Amino acid sequence: MQVDWSKNFFELFGLPAQFDLDPSDLLTRYRELQRRVHPDKFASASAEERRLSMQLTTLVNEGYQTLRDPVRRARYLLDLSGVAMNDETDTSMKPEFLVEQMELREALEEACAREDSLRRLAELANDIEHRHAAKLEELRDCFSRGQGALGAARNAVRELQFLGKLLQEIREQEEELT
Amino acid sequence: MGIDLGTTNSLVAVVRSGVAETLADTKGRHMLPSVVRYQTTAPPLVGHEALSDAHDDPFNTIASVKRLMGRGVADVKQLGTQLPYEFVAGDSPVPRIRTVAGDVSPVEVSAEILKVLKVRAEDTLGAVMPDAVITVPAYFDDAQRQATKDAARLAGLNVLRLLNEPTAAAVAYGLDKGSEGIYAVFDLGGGTFDISVLRLNRGVFEVMATAGDSALGGDDMDHAIAEWFMREASIADDSDHRALRRLLRDARAVKEALTTQATAQVEVQGGAGLWRGVLDRNTLNTLIDPLIARTLAPCRRALRDAGIRAADVDGIVLVGGATRIPRVREQVEAFFGKPPLADIDPDKVVAVGAAIQADVLIGNRRDQDMLLLDVIPLSLGIEIMGGMVEKIIPRNTPIPAARGQEFTTYKDGQTALLVHVVQGERDLVSDCRSLARFELRGIPPMVAGAARIRVAFQVDADGLLNVSAREQTTGVESRVVVKPSYGLSDGEIERMLRESFSHAKEDEAARALREAQVDADRLLEAVTAALAADGDSLLSRAERAEIDGAMAALRAARDGGAIGAIKRGSEAVDAATREFAARRMDAGIRKALAGHRLEEFHSLPPGGDK
Repeated sequence: MQVDWSKNFFELFGLPAQFDLDPSDLLTRYRELQRRVHPDKFASASAEERRLSMQLTTLVNEGYQTLRDPVRRARYLLDLSGVAMNDETDTSMKPEFLVEQMELREALEEACAREDSLRRLAELANDIEHRHAAKLEELRDCFSRGQGALGAARNAVRELQFLGKLLQEIREQEEELT
Repeated sequence: MGIDLGTTNSLVAVVRSGVAETLADTKGRHMLPSVVRYQTTAPPLVGHEALSDAHDDPFNTIASVKRLMGRGVADVKQLGTQLPYEFVAGDSPVPRIRTVAGDVSPVEVSAEILKVLKVRAEDTLGAVMPDAVITVPAYFDDAQRQATKDAARLAGLNVLRLLNEPTAAAVAYGLDKGSEGIYAVFDLGGGTFDISVLRLNRGVFEVMATAGDSALGGDDMDHAIAEWFMREASIADDSDHRALRRLLRDARAVKEALTTQATAQVEVQGGAGLWRGVLDRNTLNTLIDPLIARTLAPCRRALRDAGIRAADVDGIVLVGGATRIPRVREQVEAFFGKPPLADIDPDKVVAVGAAIQADVLIGNRRDQDMLLLDVIPLSLGIEIMGGMVEKIIPRNTPIPAARGQEFTTYKDGQTALLVHVVQGERDLVSDCRSLARFELRGIPPMVAGAARIRVAFQVDADGLLNVSAREQTTGVESRVVVKPSYGLSDGEIERMLRESFSHAKEDEAARALREAQVDADRLLEAVTAALAADGDSLLSRAERAEIDGAMAALRAARDGGAIGAIKRGSEAVDAATREFAARRMDAGIRKALAGHRLEEFHSLPPGGDK
């Protein structure tokens, strides 16, 4: 019996490997795990226990960060299912999505150039948040349809990443302006 | 003990009979001014005595040294005119200040302050106290944290943990009030500003996000007021350091007076004799508003990173002397839309929180379920082509944390890769803080892009970074603990420790022996506690006998008094308990999840059982 490093994050948190998850339940489990493994609980323990505690807490932190974010959770699930994302090599996207992205990017550039740019940026952020939420629903639906829809889930994840990146850029612009 | 090593003042607190309290000196004063005056032959003066001399002996009296911690010579030049010291020219990356007692580094100056606090605690309690939790601004970068830890080691302290100041304040406050919910800690000290957003739940203090400015505080307000004096009284910019120090002292007095009064009388030595005037609160506000405004951008960022709005914050806790200023309170209230909580002493709360955490870490509060979950304040990354930064661990990631990234060679036959580690949010390396450079050598010659070099970052619970690089196909490895750029090397610290003890009564060998014995006692105690809890359920009789044997050997070595034997004995106990430690950790996880429904894994997708 050893600390089992090969456990996946769902197993580590005692959760089923599925997309649907109750965030407050995840948070409770995260706190319970931390109470058992955190380095503060081993500050005066042997060097070996301190080392194990740091490694395990690192794993619990990484697991929590992965599972609580829906897009990262989806990527992780796809990875467990053997569906690779191939971010670097695979750049094919649905044409209509690419057009939408180009339009949104133009809207971002335009918003920055305007005098009332802060208000424009807030509107744009709101718009993208709505698209993001709708896409998340689509992703949830893909996972509920099982094996056959994993390819569609993969596409939804990639589109969500685009939208997330765009939102991040808007936040950075806003930060620079305020 | 818990130590708040502040820019302007420092404090030490301990827990006695379950109550955490700050300790006073023999004259009943709790705050120790963070000022050190070096003298020709006598040992340096620290605190009130040094402060009262600051304006008479400016070059040998070091104040606000916290601003120099972990900083390079170039950073210090930027602070430039604010600092009256004479820096030693040289090629050392660490700035050194010239004094009558010789050249000193900021780490050594801080160590003098820590030594005084350590002695105060030991005298008050009548016991040897090597273990301490030391607080640092949440927004301190890796170099600043490392420098603080070096200073503690130099002062003969064993650092149990570096604790972020706002988190310490939340502990003291939250435990005191039994608070639950989301709290913002607004910490404006003498030289640093932090904002932390925490979620408090049944003893767990989870930092959701932190932001700040490690060069902004009450000191800057004093400078703004002193500049106003200079304009009004026609005092030239190039006045000598004594005059400037006096102006700063007067500025601080006026700032403090205006906390309770609407106007304050001013009397300063001007260019044309004594100048008398009046500073009112409105004028003060216009002087300090630009500085207060600089605290609000980090507040916005912290809320955004935490994923909440100002209205979601249940309470705002004020920490640091500068939050006594009415204008600061007004602006904080306007930003968060509710009045801040002001029923705690903003000066003492950090030290008190640190003492509570120290008490938890040495195992005195096993019954209480307090746990601090903190984050890394600034993103960590490495330099890539074109002077750009590739972020490896983003800011506000919970610690301890580890991340890796794969890189490759860009030239045919390239056999070495320079890894440059930086910290900061900007895209360009030149805009970030350089933490360390190291080279991975011995990569076998391959075509460009064929090598697979994994750079791994590990941040520990103190927020300190460890980096390693490894070529995956051949296993060539290089590893650094990040500290060289601005810190002291281990050798330097040892040399300084030796020097300081050659002056002391105690001899070095006796001290080393006592340290080894204390370490051995700590280990024996930890293993005994672990055996009592889980020995029967997790160990076979033979395994138990092996551990008991190693412990008996260590006990004998400990009493024997040979350092080498004690160290070997400790290592043997560590080795004998390795498997036991792993089992305990595993059992801990099981218990953590025992209260929950343990799901079956039939829904695991195919291929997911890796």
